[in-house]
Amino acid sequence: MAPSVWLPLLVLGLPFVAFVLLAVVAPLRRVGPRAGLVSIGAIALAFGAALTVWTEGFVSETTWAWIPADGGPIATVGLLVDPLSNAMLVLVTLVSLLVQIYSLAYLGDERPASLGRYYTYQSLFAFSMLGLVLAPGFLQMFVFWELVGLCSYLLIGYWYERPAAARAAVKAFWITKLGDVGFLIGIVLLWSATGTFEFTDLFEKAQEHALAIAGLPTIMFLIYLGAVGKSAQFPLHVWLPDAMEGPTPVSALIHAATMVTAGVFMVTRTEPLFALVPEVLTLIAWVGAFTALLAATMACVEADIKRVLAYSTISQLGYMMAAAGAGAAYAAAFPHLLTHGLFKALLFLAAGAVIHAVGTNDIFRMGGLFRAMPQTGVVFIVGTLALAGVPPLAGFYSKEAVLGGVWEAHLTGPFLMLALTALLTAFYMFRVVFITFFGRAHAAAHPHEAPWLMRGPLWLLAALTVLVGVRLALGGAEGHEETPAWLAPLSVGLALVGFALAWAMYQRRLIDPARIAGALAPIDYLARRRYGLDALYAGLYRGFILGFSRLVGWIDRYLVDGVLNVLTALTLRGGDALRRIQSGRAQDYVYGVAFGLLLLIVGAQLWR
Amino acid sequence: MIGLPAYLVLGALVFSIGLFGVLTRRNAVGILLGIELMLNAVNINLVAFARFNGDVAGLVFTLFTISITVAEVAVGLAIVIAIFRVRRTVEADRLDLLRG
Repeated sequence: MAPSVWLPLLVLGLPFVAFVLLAVVAPLRRVGPRAGLVSIGAIALAFGAALTVWTEGFVSETTWAWIPADGGPIATVGLLVDPLSNAMLVLVTLVSLLVQIYSLAYLGDERPASLGRYYTYQSLFAFSMLGLVLAPGFLQMFVFWELVGLCSYLLIGYWYERPAAARAAVKAFWITKLGDVGFLIGIVLLWSATGTFEFTDLFEKAQEHALAIAGLPTIMFLIYLGAVGKSAQFPLHVWLPDAMEGPTPVSALIHAATMVTAGVFMVTRTEPLFALVPEVLTLIAWVGAFTALLAATMACVEADIKRVLAYSTISQLGYMMAAAGAGAAYAAAFPHLLTHGLFKALLFLAAGAVIHAVGTNDIFRMGGLFRAMPQTGVVFIVGTLALAGVPPLAGFYSKEAVLGGVWEAHLTGPFLMLALTALLTAFYMFRVVFITFFGRAHAAAHPHEAPWLMRGPLWLLAALTVLVGVRLALGGAEGHEETPAWLAPLSVGLALVGFALAWAMYQRRLIDPARIAGALAPIDYLARRRYGLDALYAGLYRGFILGFSRLVGWIDRYLVDGVLNVLTALTLRGGDALRRIQSGRAQDYVYGVAFGLLLLIVGAQLWR
Repeated sequence: MIGLPAYLVLGALVFSIGLFGVLTRRNAVGILLGIELMLNAVNINLVAFARFNGDVAGLVFTLFTISITVAEVAVGLAIVIAIFRVRRTVEADRLDLLRG
């Protein structure tokens, strides 16, 4: 096999080997930290291999028959290696590696067996995500898509003793499944219309205009539904904030950098198909932009540091989706996915260090932390600046590309929403920074800097965020030529306005936040209640699921059990009646025998 | 000379009388007597067939049956006495411990 095949296979296989090793060899799993080293070693090697694949720029497609049939296999498994998957491979393995190292310290107080379980799930997740990235067809992608969903469920519910975590895990699973049903139906419909799951075949057909199927918009919309669930788009975004019940490193890896971007990745991967259905693309752009704005408003009123980041993740996913919907999936959505993966993982891990130090998620119970933990403060601010879109950090260029792409597509509505979101993003992120790191310190707490196992990944991610930004600043000029010249000053200006607002409200206290909230009372009211969507889903859940459960329970209790009860009653009655013919008197039995004999004799005489 | 059927009719009559006794007597001793009659009906048949077929085996069987009958009566009466000691009665209708 050529290295362009076996190296990606190695990237995929190493985490799988680690998973099997940890899952099957129970004594190894139970020792905890050493199990973590197995997982970290595997992902580190996979990262090395992925880096090689990326730098060498391998391109290959290898498939093996999966479901054989006459006239070629129905489905295949394989590896599709191209620049898109190469970049994702590096991102996934890098963030996985850093998060797994970070977890050694962050979850150091866990029982060894729990820690082993954690690393088992982590390895499975890395394998599933890499398999999704390398999938050459819809079917394999769907299988791994569900696997990452499973890992997300397992890791959100890692502290399954906590009712909130268990509930959040189930909620995440349910709500993403809602979208996945659409995804699966879409895949099957597409297959029944074209007879193939393979991306390359489908793209060829799209190129030859051989995909003029009736109902293609519906099919693509159904496939997009999968991305709505996975990438937390409105109205299925409600699971992501709750997913923050999981350990912070998990939030950084799965619910910020990798898994949630699977939807964006899928749309990017299948862009030639989506390009055939402009109406669906427009819908994607509008929904993405609306999601971005909605999540940003909710982030402004949230007090839980992880939830602020979760809403910001939803908001940035909205950005990516809007760019993909504007037809700029390769030019804007995917770069933003990559840079966002870096700085959002950085922000989450830094937030984890803060939570680790102060023992609470509530930003109003933190304050003045910059003095106690300056290193965490610096990297958090780097991440914040990147997220707010300040040059020359990574986020600025990808965000500008998104805005430019949406503007170029003449989607004025989404563009305005995204611009407003950019302002809000800077505002809510600096709100967190000022309240957490600069406000008045709480006397009771004695926070301390995180151990170097946690700081190392933070500094590395911060350095990468800066370096990627500088790299884009130096070499990415050709990619920005088509964007209007006023775009860069606008996006920086918006970020600065957001920064200034946060500074005035939460640092200098020139403006009382309560007065702003009062002026925007309806939005404040709705945002604090998450626009009633959680309540709506909870009501629907209770109404439909529980109502259905009651119905099923009634059927079970009264119909199924009823039939059985009647049967048993009849049997008992019958037995009771028949019991009486057993008199226990020997003469009765002799009488029976004699009478029977008589009957036999008579019968034998009659029917000779 | 009386023919074979007459003996067979006699045997059937005796058997029927014995069966009637077994089915209708309330007393356990009476039931035993009925059983004796039924066995003797068999003996009559055996002897009759031996006589008319010129086969001695029937006579030998009869001798066996008579000796076994003696043993059976001994055991049967012993059982009746044992029942009487336990239940204070030998009335067949009241010996219904195996009732369902």
